[in-house]
Amino acid sequence: MDSLKNIESLLYFIPEILLVVFAAAVIIFDLIVKDRESDKVAYLALVGLGCSLLAILITNSIIGTDEPRNLFFGMIRLDEFAIFFKILLILATSATILFSLRSEELDVKLKGEYFALLLAVTFGMFLMASSTNLLMIFISLETVSLTSYILAGFLTHSPRSSEAAFKYITYGAVASGTMLFGLSLIFGMTGTGDLAEIGERLPEVLASGEVTALGLLIAITFILAGIGYKIASVPFHMWSPDVYEGAPIPITAFLSVASKAAGFALFLRFFYSGFKAPGILDSVDWGLLLAVVSALTMTVGNLAALPQRNVKRLLAYSSIAHGGYLLMGGVLLTSDGLSAILFYLIVYLFMNLGAFYVVILVANDSGSEMIEGFRGLSSRSPLIASAMMIFLISLTGIPPFAGFFGKFFLFKAVIDIDSGFYWLAFIGLLNSVISLYYYARIIKAMYFESADETESFYSTKSALVLLTVFVIPTIFIGFLNIFYSLSGNIALQ
Amino acid sequence: MLLSLMIFVPLIGMIVVLLLPRESEEMIKRVALVFTLVPLIIAVYLFIDYDRTIAGKQFRHGPVPWIEAFNIQYFVGIDGLSVTLMLLTALLGPICVLASWRNIDKGIKAYMALFLLLETGMLGFFAALDLFLFFVFFELTLLPMYFLIGVWGGPRREYAAIKFFLYTLFGSVLMLVALIAVYLKSGDPGARTFEIPELIRLASDPGHALADSTFQMWVFIGFFIGFAVKVPIFPFHTWLPDAHVEAPTAISVILAGVLLKMGTYGLVRINMDMFPEGMAVFANGDGIVGNSLAILGFVNIVYGSFCALAQTDFKKLVAYSSIGHMGFVILGLAAGNELGITGAILQMFNHGVISAMLFLLVGVLYDRAHHREINGFGGLGSRMPVYTGITTLAFMASLGLPGLSGFIGEAFSLIGAFESFPMLTILSTIGIVVGAAYFLWTLQRVFLGTLNPKYEELPEINGREILTLVPLGILVIVLGIWPHFAIEMFSESVVNLTTKMSGILQAGL
Repeated sequence: MDSLKNIESLLYFIPEILLVVFAAAVIIFDLIVKDRESDKVAYLALVGLGCSLLAILITNSIIGTDEPRNLFFGMIRLDEFAIFFKILLILATSATILFSLRSEELDVKLKGEYFALLLAVTFGMFLMASSTNLLMIFISLETVSLTSYILAGFLTHSPRSSEAAFKYITYGAVASGTMLFGLSLIFGMTGTGDLAEIGERLPEVLASGEVTALGLLIAITFILAGIGYKIASVPFHMWSPDVYEGAPIPITAFLSVASKAAGFALFLRFFYSGFKAPGILDSVDWGLLLAVVSALTMTVGNLAALPQRNVKRLLAYSSIAHGGYLLMGGVLLTSDGLSAILFYLIVYLFMNLGAFYVVILVANDSGSEMIEGFRGLSSRSPLIASAMMIFLISLTGIPPFAGFFGKFFLFKAVIDIDSGFYWLAFIGLLNSVISLYYYARIIKAMYFESADETESFYSTKSALVLLTVFVIPTIFIGFLNIFYSLSGNIALQ
Repeated sequence: MLLSLMIFVPLIGMIVVLLLPRESEEMIKRVALVFTLVPLIIAVYLFIDYDRTIAGKQFRHGPVPWIEAFNIQYFVGIDGLSVTLMLLTALLGPICVLASWRNIDKGIKAYMALFLLLETGMLGFFAALDLFLFFVFFELTLLPMYFLIGVWGGPRREYAAIKFFLYTLFGSVLMLVALIAVYLKSGDPGARTFEIPELIRLASDPGHALADSTFQMWVFIGFFIGFAVKVPIFPFHTWLPDAHVEAPTAISVILAGVLLKMGTYGLVRINMDMFPEGMAVFANGDGIVGNSLAILGFVNIVYGSFCALAQTDFKKLVAYSSIGHMGFVILGLAAGNELGITGAILQMFNHGVISAMLFLLVGVLYDRAHHREINGFGGLGSRMPVYTGITTLAFMASLGLPGLSGFIGEAFSLIGAFESFPMLTILSTIGIVVGAAYFLWTLQRVFLGTLNPKYEELPEINGREILTLVPLGILVIVLGIWPHFAIEMFSESVVNLTTKMSGILQAGL
């Protein structure tokens, strides 16, 4: 497939360019504007995301349905898959910005940097979703990581937040170093950095005996360290509870949804376009490797979530577990699995962000993130309590909410005929039962226990409106055919 | 259309209730009553209009495509078994609303809304003809039940609620694996289906992947555990006494009256009808495995009865007696012959009516005395003669006095089972003897003897309470004298099932 030269590519790169332009504009605007309390900076960032979204939709209509473009001499690729993730990421970032406006933890003095960094990290994630070259993959991953470190440590007055940033950076450095080594091994084996070419050459070199299956397995394991770190899969998950707990809640929400989605974009593109050829699958069995990682990830995440009393930390572990569920869709490397992952990511975006938003509202009211703050929420604010209940039940995967349909889709992908992965589906389902226990603890606090304080719950009309934006999709996505066809039509070559 | 209307009327009722202001409690109760009476009227109409001479599904609505990516449809229709259980559900709906009229002291709006949602789940479950829809309705009952026990229950309500939720969810995830496996085996990609009648046809088509007996055995186990938790079958039963003791009266009524029947209904509709080969593995009367279903039925009967005998809490006693009585259903189904299955289905309906009565009666006493300790009463017979009369009727029906409905179901089940498993059946009759013992003993301790001076002022059962009990009492007597009234509804379906079962069992011999 022909690839476009640098200048020609810029036309298709406008969404990314807009993000960078607006990130710079946000910083400059922050210098000019005098009123530190004003939210104007945030709205400018939102406008930036809006423009970028518009540009994405335009590029989408240009490339049509089946004509992907390779940009910058084949470094990145603009296809439906990338566009899907870009839209998902824009939604997640917009939500994060709106959350940040509501959150009372953030330091007003650093607003400009904060929102500029959010745009920058989104830019990095766009690249993660579209990179098709080993080099680009690494650069995009680092762009995202570096900005995330700063965001995680954004509560300058909180030692927990600094600790989070420090842990994040230490783990991140090791993981990306390991990954880089793995990438260089792959480059050494095939002599190319392009994923599609790797996919063609690997079977040849494996067949000719130049490369042994063991060598390839080692290289892939190293690369999985980097990807696993981004999606917080076992055994590279250890950073995530501490980071999620220490970071500002909007950033925690962002990391658990957007960062994970971008990680999955990278993972999917990497394996689906580079390592799916029969010649490779015969010699190295990724399926089993991924299945074991997936099973461990969900089990560890869920078991660790059980004793948590800090809701933020609890949701951090739950999001590790959800990474495990998502990985399940990838073990067979089928198009069905791909659709299931994409579908689940849409659902996960709404239900998980919604749950974090409720945590923000409760933290604003009670000043803590502990489960005690949720006591008697049903009588103090029935709307917020029922919204949280819907998010949690959906996260558990119980009908009629969207989470169930997402899980059903994933389980169906993994059980696919004679795959021999019944055991994985079984473990996944048992994990759903385990997860019910800790999600239900929050529900119990909200509905079965009475409030410690009698004051009415502090929330604004606009907060409730924003909450509805997450509740409605969580209820209805599963019933609407459009989302199934949307995620079902996207394929990776 | 009528059937769908019946299923979704309570859901509309839920929305209406939610829109009413929280303060207008009387209005909320009346609205809830109206929205539970509508399904009852439709159910009576369906019951009368149902064509008893054919076995197939009637009053169909659909299939309407729902989630096209997986060929999931909205498809409902009923046969004699479903219409009977739907009548039971629709009858208990208004009764439970009436039973909750005075003794729900907080959040009546949320209570009624959840109750109406629960009713939609139950009605939909019995009518669903699409396996996926069936599962969704099955799970739809979980959430309202969890809240109804957890918010409005007794002192240990939180424990009971989460235990109920976890147990049932555990069962249903196994069911989900089996369900997906069945879907994937049903055909090539693109031709797969969840449609129950179609799946049943494919599963009995020799040569089709679904008809493979090893496959059927595995999915049978998956579905069986899912339903066994609900029934509940020993050893999955431990959630039941806790849930019953903590649940408010009306919710106990629904739990015993309808939710347990969802388990046995599933066993008939899916396990027996769709996977007869799998069923045959566990009910062919050959060795431990071949007798396992009957053994489970036997254990339920004997274990439940003896546990009931040991209880001093009135409600717990009724709860354990439920476990025992559901054992007869399992035993009858395991027999696989016409008499056994007819008995089992009758027993489902009868147990629904009788246990609903028993829980209502316990509730009446509890509302007055605020405890349920059997030994704490005595001589109530002189103080509350009407109440004593109705309770005696319910006890007699439950212990299987001939002439009342409980006898017919148990007798049919036992006679049917005797043909297949004579030894186990003889042993199971111990349950009947013990059942008579604990009911009569309770009768003696609560109503006979000298009146406890504390209860000299205990008011007699009131008009509203009598109103909830009378329809059930009439059914108990009518079905006891004229069981054909119910049997003719599902006899064709039963014949269908037994020919299938006997065909397989004979082929195996």
